[in-house]
Amino acid sequence: MGPQLTTSGTDAKAAPAPTRPLVEVKDLTVKFVSREATVQAVNGVSFEMAPGEVLCIIGESGSGKSVTMRALMRLLPKRRAVLGGSMRVADHDIRSLSERQLTEVRGSTISMIFQEPMTALDPVYTIGDQIAETVVRHEGCSHKQGLTRALELLQVVKVPSPERRLKSYPHELSGGLRQRAMIALALSCRPSLLLADEPTTALDATVQIQVLILLRKLQKELGMGVIFVTHDLGVAAQIADKVAVMYAGRIVEYGSVRDVLMRPTHPYTIGMLASTIHGGQSRDAEIEAIPGSPPDMRRLPPGCAFAPRCRYEEPACTASVPPPTSLAPGRLTCCFRAGHLTRPEPQSVIA
Amino acid sequence: MRLMTKGRPKLDAVPPGDPRDRGGKIQPMLAVTSLKKHFPIRGGLFNRRTGSVRAVDDVSFVVLKGETLGVVGESGCGKSTLARLLMHLIPKDEGELVFDGEGVGEARGLTLRELRRNMQMVFQDSYSSLNPRLPVEDSIAYGPRVHGTSRAEAKKVARDLLDKVGLKPELFGSRYPHELSGGQKQRVNVARALALSPRMLILDEAVSALDKSIEAQVLNQLRYLKRHFNLTYVFISHDLNVVQYISDRVLVMYLGQVVEVGPVDAIYARAKHPYTKALFSSRLSMDPDDRIDEAPLTGDPPNPINPPSGCRFRTRCPFAEDVCAAKMPAMGTWVDRASHLAACHMEDVASGHSRAGKGQSPDAVKPSRPAPAALSV
Repeated sequence: MGPQLTTSGTDAKAAPAPTRPLVEVKDLTVKFVSREATVQAVNGVSFEMAPGEVLCIIGESGSGKSVTMRALMRLLPKRRAVLGGSMRVADHDIRSLSERQLTEVRGSTISMIFQEPMTALDPVYTIGDQIAETVVRHEGCSHKQGLTRALELLQVVKVPSPERRLKSYPHELSGGLRQRAMIALALSCRPSLLLADEPTTALDATVQIQVLILLRKLQKELGMGVIFVTHDLGVAAQIADKVAVMYAGRIVEYGSVRDVLMRPTHPYTIGMLASTIHGGQSRDAEIEAIPGSPPDMRRLPPGCAFAPRCRYEEPACTASVPPPTSLAPGRLTCCFRAGHLTRPEPQSVIA
Repeated sequence: MRLMTKGRPKLDAVPPGDPRDRGGKIQPMLAVTSLKKHFPIRGGLFNRRTGSVRAVDDVSFVVLKGETLGVVGESGCGKSTLARLLMHLIPKDEGELVFDGEGVGEARGLTLRELRRNMQMVFQDSYSSLNPRLPVEDSIAYGPRVHGTSRAEAKKVARDLLDKVGLKPELFGSRYPHELSGGQKQRVNVARALALSPRMLILDEAVSALDKSIEAQVLNQLRYLKRHFNLTYVFISHDLNVVQYISDRVLVMYLGQVVEVGPVDAIYARAKHPYTKALFSSRLSMDPDDRIDEAPLTGDPPNPINPPSGCRFRTRCPFAEDVCAAKMPAMGTWVDRASHLAACHMEDVASGHSRAGKGQSPDAVKPSRPAPAALSV
C-alpha cells in the first residue's frame, strides 16, 4: 500500500507522494503468553500511513485492533506480550526505544485517547493540572505557562466556560466534556500521530457527532496523522481517509474509505456491511447475518481465519493464508477469490 | 436452523385463539399511566434527603398486543429505569400499570408472580445476568421449577428452548456461562426469558453489547421467536437503526419524560419534536460522501437532578421561547396505534409559541436523511 496523500479517495491519482510515510508497520505480531495458552492477538499486520492522514481500523471485538494500537505505543505488558516485526513512527523505531526514550515519545510524538475518559484521566488532579503537567514535562516550561496553555487548549476543544473547567475534577464533568478534556490533554504537545481507541463509543449519538466533527477539524488544522479504531462503520464513514478491516489479527482489506465501504471486496467486509443495520432497511426482510462466530484466538484455524464462516470457502482457503492481493492502486484484499465476488448472489440466511 | 419470517405480522395481529388472552383484541397488553420514579440523593448531616434524580417522571403509554414498541433516548433519559419499573424490579413511586386489563399489585388484580409469568426481561450484560455456577440449561429450567413444574418437565422445556434459540441442547445445555460466547450467552438469556411462556418480553439493550455480525443473528432470532410464540416486545435501545428495523411503534424519551410517540415510519420520516429531529439527524450515514459537518445539537443532556423548568429540552432547543420555560408541554391524547404525538408547544395551537400550529417547523434542524441506497450489497 503506497504512501499516498490522496484524501479524495479516488485512486486514479495514486502516484507515490514524495513524503515519507509517518507510520510504517511491517509484519507486526503480538502474542500473549501465559501458562495455559498463547493468544495470537495480532498475526502479521503491515501498513503505512502518510502524514496528515486518518486511518480507521475497523473490526469486531477480539480482532486485534486495539492491541495493534497499544503495540504502536508500547503500552502492552512487557513480560506477557511477545512482539515481532517492526514499527516506525516519524524517526523512531518503536521497538528499539528505551523506557526513557519512550517517555519522551509518548505524549509529544504519539498521543492516545481512550474509550472511557473517566479511567484515563487522573481522578485526584484537576483537568488544568493534568494538562499543565504534560506540557511542563515535555516542553520544560513553568507550571503557570502550562496552565495558560491548558486554558488555550480547552478553548480549542470548545469546552464552555474553560476557566471554570480548568479547576474542575474529571468527575465533575459530563461524558462529552470529559472526552473533550482528554482530547485537549492528548493534543497538548502537538503530536504528529494521534491514536484514538474508540473515543466516541461510550458517548450518546448527539454528543458523538459533536466530538467527531471536532476531531476532524483539529486533525485538519494541526495536520496530524490519526489512527482511529472503531467497530462502527458509520463513524469510519464520517472521519476516515483510509480504512483497514481487521479479522482475527490480520488486515483483510485495505483501501480508501469510499472503496472499502461502498465497494467491498473481501467476503468478511461484504458480510459485515450486509449485517449492519442501516437506516431505511426493509423491515420485511431478514438481516443477512454472517453465520458462526469469530475464531478462538488461542487456536486459530489454518489458512484464512474467516474460511469457516465464509460462503465462498474452497479447499485453497484452509491450506494457506491468502496473501494481500492488489485489485487497484492503494487497495488490498487478502482473499483468494478477491475480485470475483463483489456482487454476491442473494442467498437465504442461516442464522 | 432456517428461519421462517416471510412477511411481517400485522400490527394488530392478535394471536387467534391464544388461550392466555383475557382482555380481548382492543385491550392493550400493557397500559402505563403517570409512572414516576425519583431516586433520593442523600447527604449532609443525618444523611437527609438533599435532592432527587427524576429518572422517570410522569410517563404514560400503552403497549399493544403483538407489537414491538421501540424505546429510544440518550443515556440518563430513564429508559432502563422504565424497564425495571415495568418488571417491578424496583418499586414505583406513583403510577399505575394495567396488564391486559388487570391492574398489577391491586386487590383482585394480577399478583406480582402472575405478572412475571407473563412478562420477562432480557438484560444488556449477558454474562452477569446468568448464574455462573449453573449449567445454562439449569438456568433456563429454574423459572419453571419455581413455578411448580417437575424437574424432568422443566429440563425438557429448557432443552426445547435452547433448540428454538439456535443452540444445540446436547452440545450447549450442560455448559457453564463462561464457556459460551457473547452471542450464545444472550441466546441463553432469551431462552430463559421464554421459559415461562410469557406474552411479553422487555429487551433492555439486549443486542447492544454484541458485535454487528452477531447482533444481526440475534435480531433475526428475536423476530422468529416473536412470531413463533406470539410475543409482544418492548425493545429498548440507543441504536436508532436497530429500533427502526425491529419496531412497529417508537417512543422517544428525554430526561425522564416521553417527548414523542408514533408509528415507526411516521416518526422516522416526519419527526415532530425538535429533540427527535436532532437525534435522528445525529445518525451516522455509512456513505463517506454524506458526512455531517455541523452537529445538530450542542452540549450534553442536562442533569436529571435539577431538570430545566417547563419543557426539559428547551436548554438545547433552537426554537425555545418564553412559553417553553413557563409551562410544560402536554402530550395530546392517544387515540389508536396510528397516533403520532409530540410533547412540544409548537405542536399545540393554543400554547402561545410563535411557531405553534404552523405545521412542520423549519429545517434549522435537518430532517432524517433517506436511506443510503448503495449499501444493498
